[in-house]
Amino acid sequence: MNRKAIIQVRNLVASYGDDIILDRISFDVYEGEIFAVLGGSGSGKSTLLRHLLGLDRPAAGEVTIDGDDISTCSEDALQQILRKVGVLYQSAALFGSMTVAENVALPILEYTDLPAESVDNLVKIKLNLVNLDGYQNHLPSEISGGMKKRAGLARAMALNPKILFFDEPSAGLDPITSAELDNLIVHLNQSLGTTMVIITHELESIFAVAHRVIMLHKSTRGIIADGDPIYLRDQSRNPFVKQFFNRLPAENT
Amino acid sequence: MPSSEDSQSCSYEVSHGDDGDVTLFIQGRMDATTATETITGIKSVLQPPLPPALTVDLEKVTYLDDFGVLVLVELKNLLAGQRSQLHLKNADQKVKKVLRILKFDASGEPQPLIRKPRPNAFVRLGEGVLGQATDWKFTFAFIGSVCLSLVYICLHPRSLRSDDTLSAMKSVGVDALPVVGLISFLLGSIMAFMSAVQLQQFGANIYVASLVSLAMVRELGPIMTAIIIAGRSGSAFAAEIGTMKISDEVDALFTMGFEPTRFLAVPKIIASVITVPILTLFSDLFAIFGGLVVGVSMLDLTTNAYITQTLKTLTLFDVFWGFLKAAVFALLIAGIGCLKGFQVRGGAAEVGQATTSAVVSSIFLIILADAVFAVILRYWR
Repeated sequence: MNRKAIIQVRNLVASYGDDIILDRISFDVYEGEIFAVLGGSGSGKSTLLRHLLGLDRPAAGEVTIDGDDISTCSEDALQQILRKVGVLYQSAALFGSMTVAENVALPILEYTDLPAESVDNLVKIKLNLVNLDGYQNHLPSEISGGMKKRAGLARAMALNPKILFFDEPSAGLDPITSAELDNLIVHLNQSLGTTMVIITHELESIFAVAHRVIMLHKSTRGIIADGDPIYLRDQSRNPFVKQFFNRLPAENT
Repeated sequence: MPSSEDSQSCSYEVSHGDDGDVTLFIQGRMDATTATETITGIKSVLQPPLPPALTVDLEKVTYLDDFGVLVLVELKNLLAGQRSQLHLKNADQKVKKVLRILKFDASGEPQPLIRKPRPNAFVRLGEGVLGQATDWKFTFAFIGSVCLSLVYICLHPRSLRSDDTLSAMKSVGVDALPVVGLISFLLGSIMAFMSAVQLQQFGANIYVASLVSLAMVRELGPIMTAIIIAGRSGSAFAAEIGTMKISDEVDALFTMGFEPTRFLAVPKIIASVITVPILTLFSDLFAIFGGLVVGVSMLDLTTNAYITQTLKTLTLFDVFWGFLKAAVFALLIAGIGCLKGFQVRGGAAEVGQATTSAVVSSIFLIILADAVFAVILRYWR
């Protein structure tokens, strides 16, 4: 591939104390692709996400985002690098004391010098994009789980980051909302060229959106497969990969 | 107009056609970095009177995102305010796609975000009253539930969660001992010092011991301890239960068949009612010791005389009266802490409010209860 790698992970070792969660994993995410990280529960998906966002620092190895090393940089430098990144957390992580519109406007007011009226309009555009127009003045506790996710997405995209991270985007959503979210992810990727990194284990969603996947597994504490999800489903010889994509129970149960 | 070949920047140019048509050429990247400049720039160029129709030529736009769309929306709103029209032309496929998913055509109505209208005074009064009524109802239901749980635990002592009770006793009692001891010691010495200045004039030094011990055992010991515990433990109870409430843990307890009051509140209440009187005893002792230190070092009293005078002043009744007060204060602190925790709804900010409110209400009720005790004592003896 001759595309530019926007995220580079080299020999990343992630550990909590003596517990090694990920052992020397390396992979690249290319600019403009939808990249999914798969794996069963406890395979280190969330740990990987925390390391990609600099929330946890690696025990060894390095993580580069858009050319900047985030494994060793200072806290200030990390803040600068994270401006290129938006994250949709699993529980949406909207601030409960602010309305939906205020949540979305928060980063815009902080990091741009748009006049107040334009910020209002922009928030409206963003909420429109995620089909939440009319819910500007609701508090997060007053809207449903799917709406929270979409509001969280609007906030993650507030500054049009180069890279969007999704932590289990379909978790807790009904199939229709979940499919709409997948659709939105694909559209945004195509039109704005945003690179998407999705942490998930939702099969339908993986096949619908992901260009490329890596799969983590507990036993090796590393990547056991990578490539196109449909190819992996049909061709992989790895028993775990087969089980995962075909929803089979583990053999000894 | 500035026109730059730099692919990172955005520039625009206005051209007036022969037939009164106005065309705005935009080129470059329309994104977050250029949006503010472009909006203010275009607004200053397009001064009224505006043309009846404005065509925006997007042929040379290399990149458009929602900040770029914002520029167009602002322009459209500006024109719509003057009853003129906006047309887009020469948008390439990519730009069209962005415009479509951002619903540029639909976002036509030129109204900014509608702020929620503030309800009028009458509605707010009504809401306030209803809110208070609900709170009172909740409070009575909680008191009832605590009473029932206590009765149940008296009948089935094994249903008390003894581990939780013991750990609550440790956090309310043992962990608070250093701070209660230190504050009481200082309080005792301050009282001794202050009263000594007055009593010395009459040669009544020895009554410093009476004053310190009686004031501490009857009034200040229970009150000081209760206020410290309200700040340390009442707030902790409210925060703990409030956080459990917003993360659905209280609901989880309920659906698993546990009575949340019996599970969460009763161990804390029992632990407080047992430990706060003991802490009060320590508080009394430390304060008397503080008074003793001042008395012996500054007033030429002997240790022996000070202790004898203290014992002569105090009756067993005073000590038990102090214990009774402390137990009632403990009941109030733990009850209110748990109640405020259970009342939490919403998010993190409400937990903070509940914690504050738990401490403020406890301190108020402690003082109120103390006044009631004073009245009772006055008419009883």
